[in-house]
Amino acid sequence: MLYFKRLAPIALAGFLTACGGSSSTNGDPNANPMPVPTPDPVPTPAMEYQYQVTVTNLTNFQPLSPLALVLHETGQIWQIGQSASTMLENLAESGDNSGVMGADFVVSSASNDGILLPGMSAEVMIMTTDMMASHLSLATMLVNTNDAFTGLNAIDLSMMEVGGMMMFNPSVYDSGTEGNSEMAGTIPGPADGGEGLNAARDDVDFVAMHPGVVSADDGLSSSVLTGEHKFDNPAVSVKIVRMQ
Amino acid sequence: MKNKQLLAASILSVFAATGAQAQDLNISITNLTQGLHFTPLIVAAHNGDASMFSVATTASTELQMMAEGGDISGLDTMLMAASADIKTNPAGGLLAPAGSTETMLSTTDGNMYLSITAMMLPTNDGFVGLDSWAIPSEAGTYTIWLNAYDAGTEANDEMIVGGAGGAPGTAGIPAAPGGNGGANGTGVSDSQFNTNVHVHRGAIGDDDATAGSSDLDNRVHRWLNPVAKVTVTVQ
Repeated sequence: MLYFKRLAPIALAGFLTACGGSSSTNGDPNANPMPVPTPDPVPTPAMEYQYQVTVTNLTNFQPLSPLALVLHETGQIWQIGQSASTMLENLAESGDNSGVMGADFVVSSASNDGILLPGMSAEVMIMTTDMMASHLSLATMLVNTNDAFTGLNAIDLSMMEVGGMMMFNPSVYDSGTEGNSEMAGTIPGPADGGEGLNAARDDVDFVAMHPGVVSADDGLSSSVLTGEHKFDNPAVSVKIVRMQ
Repeated sequence: MKNKQLLAASILSVFAATGAQAQDLNISITNLTQGLHFTPLIVAAHNGDASMFSVATTASTELQMMAEGGDISGLDTMLMAASADIKTNPAGGLLAPAGSTETMLSTTDGNMYLSITAMMLPTNDGFVGLDSWAIPSEAGTYTIWLNAYDAGTEANDEMIVGGAGGAPGTAGIPAAPGGNGGANGTGVSDSQFNTNVHVHRGAIGDDDATAGSSDLDNRVHRWLNPVAKVTVTVQ
């Protein structure tokens, strides 16, 4: 009987691996054919989903805040026309990704090492053993703005095969939580070194496409930004490759 | 769910089946801008090792020649050395705002990627570009929207200085073909943060044709992406 019980999960694990992966609730930890990085006594033959995400900053002078890269089943970091969550407001105004990374709908999260400068790329690995966490989202602030961000909104990876690749060229969004005054003291990036999060919502209070920055060179006399900080879409390119 | 899976599978197979074999392409290119001219275009099918440009890398000298002065001879020579199939100057000169041009391109085995570039005038080193679009093997008509890029090789001073401005490494814009450029600008920007190829941030311009900081007209010499539409018919 014991012998039989041990055999069944092995066979099941083999089957599931062959057809693209799943998790099950029965069995014996020894039945897992692959090493599991966590020491927890997980009683499932877990399949690992691993993605390599390469983000390239295509702007001239908009460094990007530390990436918030997340896998999830439900939920979204933002929705056009809806009021930004506090965690999105924090990311878009100050570049703090901790709220988004820790959101209740997030199953797995990953980031890069610090700021992603213009003309540079960052490669981040993200993984999960939860087959339902098949949607990938990304958010990062354009730091020489009041509250601009770019990213990916719940991209469905469930049909992606190992070795498969997807490319995206996301546009820039405005979180709608802070007016685009471009004034000294309101922008956290190196153009200003000003304030990050301001909990007051003195803008339209819904997420929309960003209208672009004006800058002092283009006639907004009170702006701390120059023509160098202007941008057009797309702001980044994102390549997703499924590794496992 | 089942339908979704089927759809995804068929999309994958289309992408997987890019053309390794020789193909005949009909390529139509439209300048979507209202006030920018394209210098002579270069259109090429090439292998996976060649490219005209790559974002987030330093521009080649050949790309710089094209982006600063509209000179495609360097790219042409480079692509010929890579055994690419090339069409130069399909529009027979400048492609005016809202103008279209059409060309045929027969590709040889292994030249599976399509690239297109041309300088945008008047800009310092702005160009319209398509980088290594995988040519589908399946017959059909495909539409691609192109962005404006900045070669990152020259500061965007927006000064129209005549032909000399087209030489690689020489500041300034060689010409404003629309005849609507200004003069005597003092220069907009004497530096450029991102010196790799990147998405062009747009022009600043001003409203003074005989002075001010820029020789560009801030009502005319501006654009938003996309700046060109390319229609490829695979026969």
